[in-house]
Amino acid sequence: MNTEQHLELRRLLEQGLPLVPRPYRLLAERLGCAEDEVLAQVGEWQAEGLFRRVGLVLRHHALGYRANAMLVLDIPDAEVDDVGRRLGQAPGVNLCYRRPRRPPQWRYNLFCMIHGREREQVRQRIAALLGEQGLAHHPHALLFSIRAYKQCGGRYAPAAERRHG
Amino acid sequence: MDDLDRRLIDRLQYGLPLVRRPWEALADELAAPPAELRRRVQALLDDGTLTRFGPMFDIERLGGAFTLAALAVPETRFEEVAALLHDLPEVAHNYRREHAYNMWFVLACATPADVAASLARIEARTGLAVLDLPKEATYHVGLHFPL
Repeated sequence: MNTEQHLELRRLLEQGLPLVPRPYRLLAERLGCAEDEVLAQVGEWQAEGLFRRVGLVLRHHALGYRANAMLVLDIPDAEVDDVGRRLGQAPGVNLCYRRPRRPPQWRYNLFCMIHGREREQVRQRIAALLGEQGLAHHPHALLFSIRAYKQCGGRYAPAAERRHG
Repeated sequence: MDDLDRRLIDRLQYGLPLVRRPWEALADELAAPPAELRRRVQALLDDGTLTRFGPMFDIERLGGAFTLAALAVPETRFEEVAALLHDLPEVAHNYRREHAYNMWFVLACATPADVAASLARIEARTGLAVLDLPKEATYHVGLHFPL
């Protein structure tokens, strides 16, 4: 496959995987190359971490996941990596990142996303989690989302991609 | 949504096998014909339960610059500022959250300079100070919704 075919394959995949018995053969026909070449390239991209899996994007609201909480904590710098790794492994924690403090407006440096069906259930799970991990004494806050004003499903961040495109 | 839909969604959150006939591979696992599985995925896309099916490219790996940003927007101006952000192509997500910082959004730009310029533009247009919280370390990424 040449560079042009690589780019075209990415563009096609960004539109979604065709729902046919042999999706990679269909893509190969469009690109004018072999099915195995397409499979190998997609496998390579996955191995490189360009994408994690050929999966799906759920409208989690439609599945009853209506409570989306951002848990933020102020963890001493010397401990934050360790605490972040532990929290990231905890069941129900979907995303876990370190971000900078911006004193005096913003003191929190550890961010976790936790989704659940009901707010109260999420609140209880987080209280239990902080207890189990011995973190309840660190300053923290829970920011529930009320509404998504803009949500992009196709890629993690389509705007920049479009600009490159 | 029936039991097969739930098992299918749950399974697909782990990814479709990268093989020539992926649906046949899944059919054995889920004890349903491959064509039926594809029909179900199409139906779930059509009714909006799924917004997308396929690989999600992580453009942070492809290059680009990102930040999570927040604004404390006065209640009376909330819709106005949300509309302003909605029209900016570099705004990838925007959530209203219960906090003094009530508007949380992701900026996705080509370069760090573009992120800085976008933040400055947002501050100029809204008259509000933006909290700029770029990611410094990733400990875990793994959205999974058990059904």
